[in-house]
Amino acid sequence: MRAVESPLMSDAPTVLEMRGITKQFPSVLANDDVSFDLVRGEVHALLGENGAGKSTLMNILYGLYKPDAGEIRIGGKPVSFGSAKDAIASGLGMVHQHFMLIPVMTVAENIVLASEPTQAAGALLDYNAARAQVRDLALQFGFGIDPDAKIEDISVGQQQRVEILKALYRRADILILDEPTAVLTPQEASELFSILRNLQREGMSIIFISHKLNEVLEIADRITVLRRGRAIDTVPREGATEEGLARLMVGREVLLRVDKPPATPGEVVLELDDVHVRDDRELEKVRGVSLQVRAGEIVGIAGVDGNGQTELVEAISGLRKRESGRIVIGGRETALHAGVRSMLESGVGHIPEDRHRYGLVLDFTLAENAALHDFRYRPDSRFGWLFPRVLAARTQRLLKEFDVRGGNPQTKARTLSGGNQQKLVAAREVDRDPRVLIAAQPTRGLDVGAIEYLHRRLVEERDRGRAILLISLELEEVLSLSDRILVMYEGEIVAEHAFGTTEEDIGVEMLGGQREAVA
Amino acid sequence: MNEIADRPPPEEEEPTTSAGRLMLRQKAGGIIPPVLTAIFAFFMGGVVIAISGHNPLSAYAGILDGAGVNWFWDHFGNTSVLDLTTFNLTQTLLRTTTFIFTGLAVAFAFRCGLFNIGGQGQYTMGLVVGIWVGAYWGNSLPNGLHVVIGVTLAALAGAIWAGIAGLLKAFVGAHEVITTIMLNWIAYWFASYCFGQGGPLQNTTPGQESNPISDSVYQKSNAIIPVLWGNEGLQALHYGIFLAIAALVVFWIVLNRTTLGYEVRAVGFNPEAAAYGGISVKKNFFLAMAISGLFAGLAAGTDIFGWKYSAGVLDVQASTVGFAGIAVALLGRSTAVGVGLAAFVFAGLDYGTTRGLDPNVFEPTLAGNLSLMIQGLVVLFVGADLLILYLWSLRKKRFATPRMSGKGV
Repeated sequence: MRAVESPLMSDAPTVLEMRGITKQFPSVLANDDVSFDLVRGEVHALLGENGAGKSTLMNILYGLYKPDAGEIRIGGKPVSFGSAKDAIASGLGMVHQHFMLIPVMTVAENIVLASEPTQAAGALLDYNAARAQVRDLALQFGFGIDPDAKIEDISVGQQQRVEILKALYRRADILILDEPTAVLTPQEASELFSILRNLQREGMSIIFISHKLNEVLEIADRITVLRRGRAIDTVPREGATEEGLARLMVGREVLLRVDKPPATPGEVVLELDDVHVRDDRELEKVRGVSLQVRAGEIVGIAGVDGNGQTELVEAISGLRKRESGRIVIGGRETALHAGVRSMLESGVGHIPEDRHRYGLVLDFTLAENAALHDFRYRPDSRFGWLFPRVLAARTQRLLKEFDVRGGNPQTKARTLSGGNQQKLVAAREVDRDPRVLIAAQPTRGLDVGAIEYLHRRLVEERDRGRAILLISLELEEVLSLSDRILVMYEGEIVAEHAFGTTEEDIGVEMLGGQREAVA
Repeated sequence: MNEIADRPPPEEEEPTTSAGRLMLRQKAGGIIPPVLTAIFAFFMGGVVIAISGHNPLSAYAGILDGAGVNWFWDHFGNTSVLDLTTFNLTQTLLRTTTFIFTGLAVAFAFRCGLFNIGGQGQYTMGLVVGIWVGAYWGNSLPNGLHVVIGVTLAALAGAIWAGIAGLLKAFVGAHEVITTIMLNWIAYWFASYCFGQGGPLQNTTPGQESNPISDSVYQKSNAIIPVLWGNEGLQALHYGIFLAIAALVVFWIVLNRTTLGYEVRAVGFNPEAAAYGGISVKKNFFLAMAISGLFAGLAAGTDIFGWKYSAGVLDVQASTVGFAGIAVALLGRSTAVGVGLAAFVFAGLDYGTTRGLDPNVFEPTLAGNLSLMIQGLVVLFVGADLLILYLWSLRKKRFATPRMSGKGV
């Protein structure tokens, strides 16, 4: 490992050292001789793909797992934690991805819980004291938060601040944040970063776990990259690039930008004409959308979440009945009340936005999942009789062709990693040879290796003459993948761009601004 | 609080139906938990026996003998001896037949994510229709055809009764637990009316007009399922047990080898993914309930044409075979083999603690309650072992398999 000293940190003391941490689980070596250190006042990012061993390392640090080998020193003294209580007592605080808050209690009550100030000889909670302490703490670190608000009434971003305050209240001076931005909107994420900088100024040392390259480059002073349980390298932020970090993470050159030849669009395959869709609450979420997707092109729809993209996709895939308007697929008009099966049969393939909720039956085997659309047709079944061997054989082929790892046809889908689950969904949809492929958030929650694969695959499918409609909340994904870009705002298509537009152009339109305002 | 706060959160997505979640937990432990559940329930029953001042071991030995299980070491392979032991075993097997059907009635719905609490009502409607067909018309039919039609219509009656709950679930979203319980009471009073004094199916035999009991299929038409083992006049075992075993096989085949079963299981695990796959969730709610009711109706049909021949108001009101089906399905983990074995255990318990029990070993008045108590304990412990499995899976998530401890491991 290369020793790195940020000039800023050169004389700051090391507050935490982990040396040679090794942890063997029954099936996998989760940490292999990992060393990690943290100096006072720095943000040290722990970067790695899903399954690289980041959380295991932090759970060891936090006393939740016992390491098989290795040593942990805090403030120079070796420590051994039997439980999280010991870790907390040593000044560690951890904010998990899922918050551990009691929804019906107030912010102040949640923060002081388990070490609350009391009155009447310890019998009663001294709520006023608790509130005052929480207010002081919030003020000291620059948190804007109301101590009397109930958890259930505040936003996710604010709940996260409560978690951080909880750790501070317990006098943590080392803060561990496990994928803190995963649950936040971009706005909340940038607020979190400014809070973290405040904490840093106050002398807190922060471990920031992430698999997102851009945010690591934004917030961290140093970055340690884990890959398959090993610490690959520790680099300072200065001079680090997304490409370099991605190579360290994945272990090979990764194409972060999609490299695609220009499209050669053919005839129109999907055509929508003045489509209106209402949601479950009868609100009109799609208000007169007309669009065309040609064979051999990717049309991307950009937009802020909740502007009708979900309902639009549901209408095209038949999950939701449209109110009015025409949907023409391959020249054939679909019925107004066409359901999922009729849309499937007209040639629509659909990678749904939530693979756990829609894309997969997690407790079905991979073979059963691969047959989710086709089980009722030959050769999967005949006269209602299923042929498990046919299912298994096809699945075996798909797993190979789409590089799905970690299972065989008889494995439960639940046991696959997110990236492999998504590859299985993509494999199933593409294998049906649809004329139109709708890809809704195809890479949500995936790590860079899987994202790269799926992007490349979508471009390949385009070049085979499929019409692809891409819907994503990741603007960058839409911009880099689409041959044409439509911007959706409040249920309408408000703008169209060719490939090569910038984020700035579209950003304003996504929020309802007019084009002129940008020009 | 710290312990709770510091536990890594469970990451995996859960099935979206409550029955689906229960299923998942049940499947997690394999065959060990249900066996432990049963052992523990019997152990607790033993404690109660001891508290009541009896020797648990001799009481259980008495129950085993009462259930005729001693046949396996006394006369094994010899079906010609028709003594008390043989008689007890045939009685246990008669009830096993019924419990297999009522257990499947709960298990099938369960695999679709539905709780069919209405097995009792479906069984009762099957009784009414079975008796109506068997004793009140169709006497001109050949006996065999009469039986087939009678059992089939009884099964259909159960299917329709459960199908009502399925339709209500599919089209107005009424919860099947509520509707099946309500339908149970409707069936209860409807059958009480039919067999009660002045009711349409009340006894027409001269001199019997005041009895709140139906005519007997046996006396009216003699259209009965043939006897397999035992004395025809003494509640012998009938060929219906083969129908029950066939039902277990069909249950397995339908679920695992047909598109219908594929749809039912997909809906049971994740209705939204099923809909995305083009499966009609409403259709499957209805079908799963109707098929469940079909099994309950078959229980009634084989009971009527096999050995009960008639039913009275008291029979209807005291019967709990539909509810026993819940315990059978839970202990049997809603699998074909499990239901078969659990049905035998509960049938033995049912007969072995009541009529079959030697009164010298244990007063029958106490013993009948023991049967219900052990049934209750099994249901309770099935719930408890699911809790234990759940806690165990949390523990495993924390200490054993890193993949399950969090996506960011």
